[in-house]
Amino acid sequence: MILWTNALIEGVLLGGLYALFAAGLSLIFGIMRLVNLAHGDLIILAAFVVLSVAAWLHIDPFAATLAALPIMFLAGFALQYCLLNRALGRGLLPPLLVTFGLSIIIENGLLELYSADSRRLHGGSIETSSIALGHAVSVGVVPLLTLASAIVVILVLNFIFYRTALGRAFRATADDLEISQLMGIDHPRIFSVATGLAFVVVTIAALYLGMRANFDPTIGPERLLYAFEAVIVGGLGSFWGTLAGGIIIGVAQTVGAQINPEWQILAGHVAFLTILVFRPRGLFPRAVD
Amino acid sequence: MKKYTRGINRRALLQYSAASGAALAAGVESPAIAQQKPIKLGYVSPQTGPLAAFAEADNFIVGNFKNATKGGIKVGNAMVPVEVLVRDSQSNPNRAAAVAKDLIVQDKIDLMLVASTPETTNPVSTQCEIEEVPCISSVAPWQSWFIGRQANPTGGPSAWKPFNYTYLFFWGLEDVIAVYTTMWGGVSTNKSVGGLFPNDGDGNAWGDKVVGFPPVLGKLGYKLTDPGRYQDLTDDFSAQLAAFKSAKCEIITGVMIPPDFTTFWKQALQQNFKPKVASIGKAILFPSSVEALGHDGNNLSSEIWWTPNHPFKSSLNGMTAKALAGAYESASNKQWTQPIGFVHALFEIAVDVLKRTPQRGDADAIVEAIRGTNLDTVVGHIQWNGANLPPFAAKNVAKTPLVGGQWRLRGGNKYDLVITENRTFPAIPVGGEMEPII
Repeated sequence: MILWTNALIEGVLLGGLYALFAAGLSLIFGIMRLVNLAHGDLIILAAFVVLSVAAWLHIDPFAATLAALPIMFLAGFALQYCLLNRALGRGLLPPLLVTFGLSIIIENGLLELYSADSRRLHGGSIETSSIALGHAVSVGVVPLLTLASAIVVILVLNFIFYRTALGRAFRATADDLEISQLMGIDHPRIFSVATGLAFVVVTIAALYLGMRANFDPTIGPERLLYAFEAVIVGGLGSFWGTLAGGIIIGVAQTVGAQINPEWQILAGHVAFLTILVFRPRGLFPRAVD
Repeated sequence: MKKYTRGINRRALLQYSAASGAALAAGVESPAIAQQKPIKLGYVSPQTGPLAAFAEADNFIVGNFKNATKGGIKVGNAMVPVEVLVRDSQSNPNRAAAVAKDLIVQDKIDLMLVASTPETTNPVSTQCEIEEVPCISSVAPWQSWFIGRQANPTGGPSAWKPFNYTYLFFWGLEDVIAVYTTMWGGVSTNKSVGGLFPNDGDGNAWGDKVVGFPPVLGKLGYKLTDPGRYQDLTDDFSAQLAAFKSAKCEIITGVMIPPDFTTFWKQALQQNFKPKVASIGKAILFPSSVEALGHDGNNLSSEIWWTPNHPFKSSLNGMTAKALAGAYESASNKQWTQPIGFVHALFEIAVDVLKRTPQRGDADAIVEAIRGTNLDTVVGHIQWNGANLPPFAAKNVAKTPLVGGQWRLRGGNKYDLVITENRTFPAIPVGGEMEPII
C-alpha cells in the first residue's frame, strides 16, 4: 500500500514538471496554432541562460531565474516579431520547418558556446532535502516546489487570459484572426507578447529541469514528447487541462514503473493513447474549432 | 618539399605550367620532380552531438600528431609525408557510415582510425570491412564492437565470424565485472546489490543472465535486486528506489547515461536512500558529470581505463601519461578525461603500423602489420595476441588494462579520480583506499 501511495505522490510531482514543460507549448499552440518543434531546445537554451546569469552574478539559480525572466521575455518577443510572424499564415508547413530549423540552430549554437559538457543548476542543500509524510513516505522539496510553481504559473496564465485586456486580445486572435484584425487588434504584437510569455514559462521550466537532472545542448528534443502529450491529453487551449494532462502522464509513468520499470515510459504513452480514443479532443478543450 | 604535401593550388599550378612552358620553349629537358605521395589517414569521431564529450580532445591530439610527424614518418629508408583527414560523425551512426564511405571512396585513405562509443566505431568498421580498408578502433567495449557487428549477434560463438580488416583495442564487460566486484570487496557491506540497467545496448549486456553481472554476482555471494530494464531519459526512479529499499541494498551498480544517474541520485537522497557503494559505468566517466552532482558525488566509484598516473608513455613523442594530460589541461583549461589517452594511442599505433609497411597502397600488407603490432603505448602494451579473450575474438581484439577508483571531492566543486583498486592490473599504482560513501 505504501508503495502505491508513494508511486502516486511521485507521479503527481513528476506531473508538475511535465505541466511546466507543456504550459509554454500550450500557450503558443492555443493562440497561434503554431507547433513549436524548438520548444525542447528552448527549455535547454533557457537553462543555459539561467546558468550563465547565476555564474556571472554569483547568485543561486532561483534568483538567477528571476533575473533571466525579462531577458527571455524580450528574446521571445523578438523571435516572434522578427521571425515566426513571417512564417505564420502561409499554411501548416512553413512554421513547422522554421521551428525545426531553429531547433537545430539552437542545439549547435549551444554546443559551440558551452561545449558538450553536461551541466546542472546547483541549488545547494535544498536539492536533496525532503519532507517526511508519515514514516515511510518522504517527498523532495524541489519536486514539491516544481508542482507548486506549475500551479502558480497556470493560475497566473489563467488570470491574464480571462481577466485582462491582453487576455481578451489573446482569445480573440485565437478564435478568429480576421475578425480580431477588423476590431483593431495588432496581431503581430499580440503574438509576440504571447511568445514572450511562453518564454517566461519556459525559463521557469528550465530552472526545475536544470535542478532535477543534468542537461547538455543536445538533450532538448527528448523533453518535447511528454510536453506534447500533456497538451493533447489536457485539451487544446486549456491551461488547467495541461496541468491535468501532465499529472496523468506522470502518474501513469510512476504507477507503470511500480508494476515493472520496463513499462514506465510505455505506461505514459498508453495513458495518452487511451484518452485520445475516448476523448479525441482531450479532456478539457477550450473551444470548438 | 612543403608545397607538394599541401597539394597544388591555382597559383602554384600557374607557376609550374609557366615554368615548364618556358623550359619546353627553351628546348631544355625539364628536371624530373621527385614527389612522394602522402599516406592518408582517415579519422572519424563524434565531434558534435550528444557524444561530443568523447571527442573534446581531438583537436589537441591531432595537433600533437601533426607536430610529431611534421617531417613525415620513416618507412624503410624514406621519409613519407602523412595526411590526417578528420571527419565528424555528429554522434549519428548513419552519418558515421557516410563519412567513412567518403573517406574510403573519394579520399582513398590508406588506413582508417575511429574512436568513441559503438555508435561511431561499429558503422565505420563495417564500412571498412566491406570496402577492404584496414581500420583500427578504440573506446568501445569489445563485446559491443565485435558481437554487435555480427550478422547474427544472438547466434552464440559458433555463429560469430572474425573480421579481416578491422581491429580494436579496449577492454570488455568481463573486466568491468572483475573490477567492480574486487572494489566491493574493499568495503564491508551486507552484499545486497541494486542494479540499474537501462533498456539499451549497454544495459542489456550488463544485466544479461549469461554474460552480464547476474551470474558472477551469484557466484561471489552477492544478492542482486534487478527491478528490470528502464528507458533512457527516465524522469523518475521511485519504483527502483522502493525495490532497493525493501531489499536493503548497500551497493548500487549500473550503466546509466549521465542525466539519468543525476535524477536517480538526487531522488535517492531525497528519499533517504544512502548506499555505501555506488559503482556506475558511463554516467560518471567525465568530471563534468560528477561536478553536476554538486557535493553529492564524493566517493562514487567507476571503472578506470586511463589516468595520468598510469605508468605508460607515448611511443609517438615520448610523453608520459602525466605529461600528456598536463599538456591537454594547459592547452584547453579543462580537466583531463579518459578518452585522451586512447585517442592518442590510436595515432601511436597508426604510425607504428605504417612504419612497418613499406609496400604502399597494399591494404593486406597494412593488415599484416596491424596483426604484428607489439607496441608500448600511453595506454599500455598493445598486441593482438588474444590474451584474456575467448577464441572467437582473439584475432580482432587487443585488451588494455582496466582498474577501478573513486571520485574524491577536492574542494570547491572539483573532483579528482583516484585509483583505489588495482588487483586486476597491479602495475598501475593505487592513489588511495576504497572508502564507503558515508
